[in-house]
Amino acid sequence: MDPLSRYEPLVDDPDAFRAACGRSLPSVVRVNGIKATPERVERAFKKAGVGFDRVGWHEGLFRLEDGESPGNSWPFVHGWVYGQEEVSALPALALDPRPGERVFDCCAAPGSKTTQVAALMDDRGALVGNDNDLGRISALRSNAERCGVSNLVVTRQDARNVSLKPFSGRRFDRALVDVPCSCEGTVRKNPGAIESWSLDHVEGIAGVQKSILGRAIEVTRRGGTVVYSTCTFAPEENEAVLQHAIETRECRLVGFDLPVDSAAGVTEWNGETFDGSMRLAKRIYPHLNDTGGFFCAKLEVTG
Amino acid sequence: MTDGNDGSRFDRLPPTAAERRVAGRPSREAVVGWWVERFGIDEGTFDGYTFWEKGAGKVWAFADAVESPADVEGLGMTFLRTRQEHWKPTTDAVQRFAADAERNVVRLDDADARAFLRGEDTDPGWDGDWGYLIAAHDIAGAVEPIGVGLYVHGELRSQMPKGRRREL
Repeated sequence: MDPLSRYEPLVDDPDAFRAACGRSLPSVVRVNGIKATPERVERAFKKAGVGFDRVGWHEGLFRLEDGESPGNSWPFVHGWVYGQEEVSALPALALDPRPGERVFDCCAAPGSKTTQVAALMDDRGALVGNDNDLGRISALRSNAERCGVSNLVVTRQDARNVSLKPFSGRRFDRALVDVPCSCEGTVRKNPGAIESWSLDHVEGIAGVQKSILGRAIEVTRRGGTVVYSTCTFAPEENEAVLQHAIETRECRLVGFDLPVDSAAGVTEWNGETFDGSMRLAKRIYPHLNDTGGFFCAKLEVTG
Repeated sequence: MTDGNDGSRFDRLPPTAAERRVAGRPSREAVVGWWVERFGIDEGTFDGYTFWEKGAGKVWAFADAVESPADVEGLGMTFLRTRQEHWKPTTDAVQRFAADAERNVVRLDDADARAFLRGEDTDPGWDGDWGYLIAAHDIAGAVEPIGVGLYVHGELRSQMPKGRRREL
């Protein structure tokens, strides 16, 4: 089946949605604030003849012209930039970590959001980047090293039952829960994401997502912040996962601002209804800002 | 004092040599002092950092603190190799901490910088100390470290790790 058609009832302009999903996306790099400023990157790109456009809603994002390869330039070698899709820069902004805090990134590899969180922390405090796969951890470490991240603790645990033992049992101030998902939102980058889509996979992975989010809430302190994000449009993997969290853990959705246009989370899907607070979550459809698709919600831990 | 070092975990460096309990393990004081002495880096750069050994002589720098020993996959960044005659800084640490280094920095012209990045030897006409130097170049209005070079017998031997070499 064509998974995108199942979401047409949710979007304001199905034709624009379909059209945007069919267009490819440019390469984008994010400036790594630990090592460089946007001005310095701009200067280096201009000197090297690298064609780019600055993204209007974020001073640290540069859209590269067709054919530019971000990995083959001095700014990349120096760790000044990281190849990262525009929408992927949103969850770290929603998380809003502060220097000196203790932050948990439970599905961290390969590290685009992790390195962004480290930079927002000014490379101070402790950021725990977890993954359960050695190969992916190797990619995470290499990306963090290139970016000059020195506040990162890398752990290898199953995010569904992660232990606080290496951290003296202390809970975190914030957690980023950017879970594995069915990824239709990346269709503009990977058309294969649609071809391999199946409802069985959605239902299977939703169970994993519920467990990962639940555990992340448990290891975050009362009053702390948890951000849940996916690159899928499927309510089964988004609002239904959040609904499970508010029913089984001490937490609530809270409002937040993003510098891009978004639609509200849904309160109804396939005969299932969700709590009204799901409207505080944000759905980012590709046609709204000419980006990939994304979903993001912010929770406050209340227990 | 034990002579062992457990390569599977991170052990925090003692503050000073007098507090050392593992033979051959460098102290925090010695490690920071080496960067200050060798490269003229401000000691305050490392305020708040803790230093760790994982495997003999492999020292890591971490911006915060956790309990020692730490059974984790990574703790901050690789920083310095000790337990050999000449201590050797890592590419990561030089790129992260040495932008304001005042000594033992060799500034490469564009062609040499590219050759250095490819992992090749160059002859930058250096008349300072032999040993491990910071190889840097001018980019976007300032000097930026690229990596570590070993200067001996009139040539600068690039120490860029294989995975970081590039043909630009």
